[in-house]
Amino acid sequence: MNELFLILGMMAVTFIGRYPVLALIGRFNMPDSIYRALSYVPVAVLTAISVPEMLLPSGDISLNPTNVHLISGVVAIFVAWFTRSLFLTIILGMSTFFAWRFLLLT
Amino acid sequence: MRKEHKGKEAIPKRKGEFVNGAKDTLPLVMGAIPFGIVFGAVAVTTGLSSWGTVGLSSLVYAGSAQFIAIGLVAQGVTTGLVILTTLVINLRHALYAASLGAYMKHLPQRWLVPLGFWLTDETYAVAIRRYVSKDNSPHKHWYYLGSAIAMYVNWQLCTVVGIVAGYQLQNFAELGLDYAMVVTFIGITVPFITNWPMLICALAAGTTAVLCSAVPNRMGLMIAAVIGIAAGMIVECWIRPKARNK
Repeated sequence: MNELFLILGMMAVTFIGRYPVLALIGRFNMPDSIYRALSYVPVAVLTAISVPEMLLPSGDISLNPTNVHLISGVVAIFVAWFTRSLFLTIILGMSTFFAWRFLLLT
Repeated sequence: MRKEHKGKEAIPKRKGEFVNGAKDTLPLVMGAIPFGIVFGAVAVTTGLSSWGTVGLSSLVYAGSAQFIAIGLVAQGVTTGLVILTTLVINLRHALYAASLGAYMKHLPQRWLVPLGFWLTDETYAVAIRRYVSKDNSPHKHWYYLGSAIAMYVNWQLCTVVGIVAGYQLQNFAELGLDYAMVVTFIGITVPFITNWPMLICALAAGTTAVLCSAVPNRMGLMIAAVIGIAAGMIVECWIRPKARNK
């Protein structure tokens, strides 16, 4: 029974965080500054997710070449910057990840 | 700075958008597989029933909140506090919803309810990339739907696989597929950085996220996002006279 409350409660608060804003934000006339702020959301959030994954893969800051996440992340940033191709970034980033880890193990 | 297609390709129809959305989410689907399997495996060992575990994945559908919730349940934290924590962890969804919702003025409720329910980090990243692209396809919500369904179906399957066979798949989970999320996010983010304010926004958000990495319940992410947005807007105001002449 407790489990049911847990699931329904989590379902409700999660939906409340997602749906109302999605449905309402376009319906009001909002100041231009809000829209300008929102244009920074993708870069701000995705960077805030990715950078700690690169620098602190196991919870502590690691700037060593043994940090596979950091090396392949930096490669991915370079590939993305120069090619602007999502596909190449994923392929070369993940190839670096697996190759570098393989090299470290041997 | 940015390479643009000059609109020579035909704008995809509904089905085309749907398929493209699912296809473009594939690396993130791969990245979510180990998480889903580990979630299913861990949840049932923390005392949650199999049905409860499936219920969390199918009705709540929020990866990090699900993980943190089963961790708290295992520690004997009360249900109310777990629900409150879930609310805090998922605050970032409101930011995604605000960002995407600006493009969804025309959509009826029968679209907004499911699209809202299916909003995740991954689908946000893929969908916002489609929404900001220059063509004015009226079917971009089909692209979002394709991405959302790919992520959702995969998450359900992985949860079940985790419940049934979690511990036999330990090596698979440690393969490193989860890193696909990071390189995908990098590939999506970097092309957004076409001017100084965006670059400063990224640097500020990244630095803050590292400094706040110990803040619990993903609040570090929220703090970093807000600081990044503020930094970008401040720089924009500073250089605006120059930017206008561009």
